[in-house]
Amino acid sequence: MSKIIEGLKYSESHEWVKVEGNIAYIGVTDFAQKEMGDITYVDMPEEGDDVLAGEEFGALESVKASSELICPVSGTVILANGELADAPEKVNEDAYSAWIIKVEMSLPSELDALMDADAYKAYIGE
Amino acid sequence: MKYYDKLIFECSKEGRRGYSLPENAFPAAGELPVALRRQAPLNLPEVSEPDVVRHYTNLSQMNFGVDTGFYPLGSCTMKYNPKINEEMAALPGFAGLHPLMPARLTEGACKVYEEMDKALAAITGMYKFTFAPCAGAHGELTGLMLMRQYHVNRGDLKRTKVIVPDSAHGTNPASAAVCGLEVVEVKSLENGRIDVEALKPLLTDEIAGIMMTNPNTLGLFETEIKSIAALVHAAGGLLYYDGANMNPLMGVVRPGDMGFDIMHLNLHKTFSTPHGGGGPGSGPVGVAQKLVDCLPGIRVSAFHGNFGVILRAYAYILSLGREHLRKVGEYAVLSANYIKESLKDVYKLPIEGVCKHEFVFDGLINDGAHDDVPGATTLDVAKRLLDYGFHAPTIYFPLLFHQALMIEPTETESKETIDAFIAVMRKIAEEAARDPNILHEAPHNTPISRPDETTAARNPILKYQEN
Amino acid sequence: MLDKIGVKKLEDLYSDVPAEFLHKGAYALPPAMSEQEIRDCFASLEAMNAHLKVFVGAGAYDHYTPAVIPYLCSRSEFLTAYTPYQCEISQGTLRYIFEYQSLICSLTGLDVSNASLYDGPTAAAEAMKMAVACTRKKPRVLLSKGLLPHVIEVVETYARFHGVEIGYVPVMNGQTCPNCLKAELAKDDVAGVIVPSINRYGIVEDHTGFADAVHAEKGLLVEYCDPSALAVVKTPGEWDADIAVGDGQPLGLPLSYGGPYVGFMAVKKEHMRKMPGRIVGQTVDKDGRRVFVLTLQAREQHIKREKATSNICSNESLMALWVTIYLSLMGPEGLKEVNRLSCDGAHYLYAELLKTGCFEEVFPGKPFLKEFVLKPKQAGMQERLEKAGFFAALPTEEGYVSFCVTEKRTKAEIDALVKAVKEG
Repeated sequence: MSKIIEGLKYSESHEWVKVEGNIAYIGVTDFAQKEMGDITYVDMPEEGDDVLAGEEFGALESVKASSELICPVSGTVILANGELADAPEKVNEDAYSAWIIKVEMSLPSELDALMDADAYKAYIGE
Repeated sequence: MKYYDKLIFECSKEGRRGYSLPENAFPAAGELPVALRRQAPLNLPEVSEPDVVRHYTNLSQMNFGVDTGFYPLGSCTMKYNPKINEEMAALPGFAGLHPLMPARLTEGACKVYEEMDKALAAITGMYKFTFAPCAGAHGELTGLMLMRQYHVNRGDLKRTKVIVPDSAHGTNPASAAVCGLEVVEVKSLENGRIDVEALKPLLTDEIAGIMMTNPNTLGLFETEIKSIAALVHAAGGLLYYDGANMNPLMGVVRPGDMGFDIMHLNLHKTFSTPHGGGGPGSGPVGVAQKLVDCLPGIRVSAFHGNFGVILRAYAYILSLGREHLRKVGEYAVLSANYIKESLKDVYKLPIEGVCKHEFVFDGLINDGAHDDVPGATTLDVAKRLLDYGFHAPTIYFPLLFHQALMIEPTETESKETIDAFIAVMRKIAEEAARDPNILHEAPHNTPISRPDETTAARNPILKYQEN
Repeated sequence: MLDKIGVKKLEDLYSDVPAEFLHKGAYALPPAMSEQEIRDCFASLEAMNAHLKVFVGAGAYDHYTPAVIPYLCSRSEFLTAYTPYQCEISQGTLRYIFEYQSLICSLTGLDVSNASLYDGPTAAAEAMKMAVACTRKKPRVLLSKGLLPHVIEVVETYARFHGVEIGYVPVMNGQTCPNCLKAELAKDDVAGVIVPSINRYGIVEDHTGFADAVHAEKGLLVEYCDPSALAVVKTPGEWDADIAVGDGQPLGLPLSYGGPYVGFMAVKKEHMRKMPGRIVGQTVDKDGRRVFVLTLQAREQHIKREKATSNICSNESLMALWVTIYLSLMGPEGLKEVNRLSCDGAHYLYAELLKTGCFEEVFPGKPFLKEFVLKPKQAGMQERLEKAGFFAALPTEEGYVSFCVTEKRTKAEIDALVKAVKEG
């Protein structure tokens, strides 16, 4: 069983969003990290980069695979989680504390298109 | 094979010399200006000649090559490399030629290129070859450049997409991207062949062409090739033939006759030049007559391509001659089908029927999984093969099957070798059924055991650091 | 075997091929030759080539190959292996590639090297693509006109299809013009600049201020180098370049009419994951032994397909081994001595040629090592020297002729060449 946290928003490409006012923290779900196996690198955008909902903003890499990260919301990256550069295994250890980027949202209404915890649970079929 | 742990840097002792140079008979030219001089220390090893020879001899003994044993690596055509070819390529009259020498000084080399062009045209049904590409992927890129140039020369600028089957080798889409083409995927049918109905709607006036391997990555002949060629040509596109799987067609079928307009050959696969641990290869590109005008102006490598490799391939073609060419294709196909039929009761064969030079199993029929012991995977089978003195097949490719095990025996293996391989594959299947842990822990008899690849990728150590 | 398969004859194995595609009749090939006949055939082809003393460089250098190298490189465990996919039985290949990477880092003064690329010009083309990928800027890359002509041509070909705009920095007074570089940088968004460490005239270039200027525009500086000369000339690392590329051929590889050679590439650590090509890394096995594996593979085409850093899926492994053994034999002193001998010989030839009165200086006082250009007073110099047994005085686009001297050229050979010039 994968861990799912109440109160977060979820995308079909397995990213989670934690909303604080106009700010969104974005990471990948526990389900996604399990699918990937040992994560060896997190490719992240730089501060100041614009991101668009539905567009790629980075990638997770394991030894034999690479998986795109798809941004659930549009906005500007105000911080990328530098800790993950040296310790990508943090995503495996606790996917919900290992946020990847912090985004200032330009269109918060995009959140409405995302799933809540129950819907995501049904989506992954666990 | 035994484990040997040194790196050349660890053989170094200050002041040791491994070189011998003539006395300096010239007046001293003076030094470079300080601003242009290297100040950083030059950390090269200092070793004697015997130390160098021992070190690399020891390293070589941890390697497995075609000369060591059977190497059924699917899609790589690891056939025997005849030794006369090595000697011919090293002849001083070839090895000493400077690449900028004009043709009047290199008539022998030019003759080799001419004869190779004629021979490859005869074998493939193409019109003309360029020998500049240094490898298969390099040939793909060159071929796609020619495809784009063809459309540009006709003033047709909107053809910026190329169709690639979902089962294709990763280099196909990657080469397309380097060439600035957008990749459009076409689905395979359950039998592994291109879905002609799915192809039809993709053939718009933005399609530059299609990249195909035939036989495809499952070793199956694309039986619909005639209608595919007609459809693509009718839509204004070109057909690219990836020569990675040319071996079974040698002496039997010519890509040019099937309607292909551009192709590359891997001289290091089909034409027996050694793989050299990953290269040098050679990927000459052949084109139909209508593309000949596109060849000038596309320069993809330093000079004339990998001449040394081309010489080896020429010697190989001369030794085959018109008499024996057909044996290459037929025996490669015979060996592959024989292995397939001999093992399909213990390994899952997803697609029945005659294959060409290679085929794909989808793992073990009985992987031995029980209680909390997981079953033996394709990786486990591959590693166990190493214990029995065989190289592993290609694994986890193509991606169409989760446990893909792709076997290509080539025509140069004897029936005895192939039977020994079959016996070992059956033994491994029995071991898996009895106790999959034997396989999980394999290999047992190699110089090293399975490596920690995760740590290698998380904390890359990519060069020698003293302590 | 046919019984097991359930077919009657070999032709039945092609029953899935439409009959019209089965080739009929004989192939238009020569008849098969025995080994002895092949030997005779190659001997006659070889005899059709001229056998001249080489006094030309221009991207391919006639340095000496110690006997140990072909001896070791022809060991079939190295020669007949493929890419080291099964690392448990490929530690030989993986270890020498790791050594090769370490040696290239040491020569260039940069942090990370890949397992090698096809040749120097394609390595420069890969560097161009990498500059665009790393900076995520408008795809415009500047090339110094001092780069060798074939390097420029290959980069231009790749750029044209990859959608990269190429700008040029001219050569003034024998070296890539710093002010022109700054002017080009100011014009537009530049992703990278490729400059030669030693240019097409043989001149060792001064790149003071280049890195700062390029970095100020957030571009990458790429140095195209002769790796043999890096033993004595300022390194890409010392120039603060981001990428070093070039051809490994001067490190003891035979001329072989242009190939196989080996492209090298080394980069600063921060660009490691955008680098094309195979990379070998160190790790441990289950039993704790130091072992080597292919690593950082998520960059590569078999995983990323069209999003890979490059389409390259091999390296020039055997030539990388060749270079590794060469550098091991030469060591720091040997490689410096090769440069000393070549440089002294070239300066001797330069002085002697000027004394003949048949040439004018083009770049007086400019520093060079083994290669230089002069302006001939009469045409036909190359053909005249050919008749005397020399491949020398290669004409350039500008109407100069170029010469090169390596440690293989003796004083007697140089004197004979000068004599042939004088005798016209």
